[in-house]
Amino acid sequence: MRETISVEVRNFIVETFLFGDTASVPADDASLIDNGIIDSTAVLELVVFIEERFDITVGDADIVPANLDSIARISAFIQSKAKAVAA
Amino acid sequence: MFLSRPYATLVHKRAGFTRVCGFAGYFGSVGDADALLRRMVGEIVHRGPDEQGRFVSTQAGLAHARLSIVGLGDGQQPMVDETGHLTIAFNGEIFNYVELRDDLRARGRRFRTSSDTEVILHLYDEMGDACLSLLNGDFAFALWDERRHRMMLARDRMGVRPLFYTSKGGTLYFASEIKALLKVPGISATLDPIALDQIFTLWAPIAPRTAFAGIHELEPASVMIAEPGRTGLKHYWQLDYPPGDAPGNIKQEAEAAEELRALLSDAVRLRMRADVPVGSYLSGGLDSSLVSALAAGMAPEGLKTFSVSFDSPEHDESAYQRQMAAALHSDHRTVVCREGDIACVFPEVIRFTERPIIRTAPAPLYNLSGLVRETGVKAVLTGEGADEVFAGYDLFKEARVRRFCARQPASRIRPHLFRKLYPYLPNLRQQSVEFLAAFFGVGDGFADDPLFSHRPRFKATAGAKLFYSRELREQLKGYDAADDLASRLPATFRTWHPLHQAQYLEARFLLPGYILSSQGDRMAMAHGIEGRFPFLDHRVVEFASRLPPEMKLKGLTEKHILRRAAQDLLPPAILERPKQPYQAPDSLAFTGPGDLDYVNDCLGEKSIAAGGLFNGEAVAKLHQKCRARATTGFRDNAAFVGILSTQLWHRAFAGQDQQIEKAA
Repeated sequence: MRETISVEVRNFIVETFLFGDTASVPADDASLIDNGIIDSTAVLELVVFIEERFDITVGDADIVPANLDSIARISAFIQSKAKAVAA
Repeated sequence: MFLSRPYATLVHKRAGFTRVCGFAGYFGSVGDADALLRRMVGEIVHRGPDEQGRFVSTQAGLAHARLSIVGLGDGQQPMVDETGHLTIAFNGEIFNYVELRDDLRARGRRFRTSSDTEVILHLYDEMGDACLSLLNGDFAFALWDERRHRMMLARDRMGVRPLFYTSKGGTLYFASEIKALLKVPGISATLDPIALDQIFTLWAPIAPRTAFAGIHELEPASVMIAEPGRTGLKHYWQLDYPPGDAPGNIKQEAEAAEELRALLSDAVRLRMRADVPVGSYLSGGLDSSLVSALAAGMAPEGLKTFSVSFDSPEHDESAYQRQMAAALHSDHRTVVCREGDIACVFPEVIRFTERPIIRTAPAPLYNLSGLVRETGVKAVLTGEGADEVFAGYDLFKEARVRRFCARQPASRIRPHLFRKLYPYLPNLRQQSVEFLAAFFGVGDGFADDPLFSHRPRFKATAGAKLFYSRELREQLKGYDAADDLASRLPATFRTWHPLHQAQYLEARFLLPGYILSSQGDRMAMAHGIEGRFPFLDHRVVEFASRLPPEMKLKGLTEKHILRRAAQDLLPPAILERPKQPYQAPDSLAFTGPGDLDYVNDCLGEKSIAAGGLFNGEAVAKLHQKCRARATTGFRDNAAFVGILSTQLWHRAFAGQDQQIEKAA
C-alpha cells in the first residue's frame, strides 16, 4: 500500500509542482523545501490533494515539515492517517 | 532648522531646462558616419522627439535626440565648447549647475548658454575627469576631447540614466538604449544565457553584463576613457558604510532627523528646477508622500500629482493616495490598472526594458508615464530609493528575524514573527511555525554568508529555472549567479553591519538593475518623461549610509529616521502605515477576457522550441495552470512572466518579429 501511495504522491508532485519534468524529481527522502519544489502556496495545494485523494482530514497540527517535506514523509503520513481512519 | 554648508550656500533660482533625451555615438572609424548616427539616434527618438543633432570628426561621432521645452537656440546638442576642442552629448540633469556656473563665472569663465551641459564642458576643461565629483545629478554623457583624442563616457552615481556600449572592428559604439547599437552593421541581438540566469536568480543582470551578448552597460558611478589603443574604466564614487563595530554615528536622533529633513528639502528644491512645472508621483506610501509634501511647499502655482490604482484590492492604494492628494490640495490624476491592461502593453514594455523581467510591475508605470505625458508635465519627482537608503524593504526585517530565530533554532515562538512581516501574504499566515522556520531557512547556519539577507529571495526566484531546456541547463552547467554576485562585493563588505550589507546588495545591484531601469528610466522615457529622485541625491545617500543601523530599522519598524523627519508634514495615517510593497498582478494579468494571441504564440510549442531556452511541455502545463487562474505561488508567477518576457525579447530584438503589435 505504501508503495502505491508513494507513486501517487510522486506523480502529483511531478505534475503539479514540476510541470511534468521527471528529471527534477528529488529522491524520496530529499527535502522538497530545500530543493525549491514547494513554497507556502504549494503546501496548501499539497494538503488539499491529500485530503481529497485519500479522503482523510489533515489537522492544523499535522501541517509540519516532519509530515510533508519529502515524498517519503508524505507517504508515511498518509498511510498512518489512513490506518487511523480504518481503525 | 539645521543647515550645514555646503547646502546653505545653494542659491534659489528658477532657471534651466528639462532635457529629456538620449544620445548615441562612436569612437574609432566608421563608413558614412552621418548616416549611421542618424539611424542610431532614430531608434531612441522617443527620448527626445523634438530635435536631433549630430557631430562627426575624424575619429568620433555623436548624435543627440532632444525634447526641447524652451530655449530652442540655447542648449542644442551635441554641444561644442568655445575652443572647438570639446564636444558633449548629454542626457539628464545636473541639479546643482547654477551653483557650479556661479563658481566658474567667478573664476572668469564665460557662458554662451544657460544650460547645465555647458557647465560640464567648462568643468572638464578645468579639472578633467575629476569634475565628476562636483556633479549633483542624474546623468550620462559622452565627451569628445579632440586635442587629447579621447572619448569620456560617464554615468551618475546611483545609475539613474542609462549608457550602453560595445565594440566592433576596433571601434567603440555607445548609446542611451541598446536598440540604437543594433543599428551598427555587424551587431545583432543574441541573448546572453548567463544574463538570463542572473535575471532568473537575482532579478537583473549584473552590470556590465546585459541581456545582449557582447553589449555592456557602463556601471553606475563609473567613467570610461577611450583613447587610441587603450580603454580604461574606473569608479569615481563608491557606496560605502562604516565598519560594523565602529561606534555609532555621534548624532543624536533628533539632530539626525533635523539634518535629514534639511537635506531632503534641499534635494527636492534642486529637483524642482525647471522652466516647466514639475509633477510628483504619489503611491500613497511614506516616501512619495514626503517628497510630494516637500514639493508642494515649493510650488506656489500648485503641484500636479499622479498615481496608479488597481481594480484588484490587494494591489490598490488609492484610498491613501486620495487622502494625501487632499492634504496637499494637489491637482491629482490617476491611471487605473484594470484587468487586461498589463497584458495589453506588455510587449511594448519589454521593447523598452530591453531585458526579460520576472514581474509585471513596470507595466502600470508605463501607463502612468503616458498619463503624465497627456497632461503636458515633462518631469516628475518620485520616492524611489528611500527603501534602499533608509531600509524600507520587508527583506531587511526578514533578515533580522531570521538571525533572531537562528540563535534559538528550536524555538517555537520566534518564527511567529514571520507572520507579522507579511500580513499581505495570506498563504504564509496559515503556515505552522515549523514550516515558517523551514521556508525562511532558520537553522541553516549561514549567518556569515555575505548574501544571507537575500538567500530566500534568490532561492525562491531560482525555482523558475525548473522550466529551463536541457540545452540551457547544459550551457549553464557550473555557473551560479549568486556566487557570481558574491564574488563582486568589495573587500570592506564583511566589516559592515548586516543591515548595511543587505542595503548595499539592494542599492548597488537591484536598484540600478531593475528599479531605476526596468521600472524607472525605461518606463518614464518610453513617453518622454523624466523621473527625478530626491532620495538618491548623493548627499542624502552618503548621510544615510553613515547613520547607525538602528536609526533606519528600529526593531521591526522600517525607515524610522525618515518617519521622524516627516513627522509634521504627513497625515498620521500615511506616516504610521506599514509599508505596502508596490506590486502588480503577474500571471493573472494574462488570464482576463479577450484573446491574447501573442501570449499563445509566445508560449506555444513552436515558439518555445525556436527559442531553445525552455522546456516546451513544462511551459504548456504552466500556461494551462495560468489560464485556470491557479498560478498563485511566487515561483510560478516569476516563471510565467520570465518566460513570456524572454520570448517577447526574442521577438523584439532577435529577428523573429521586429514589430510586435500591441495586443488588442
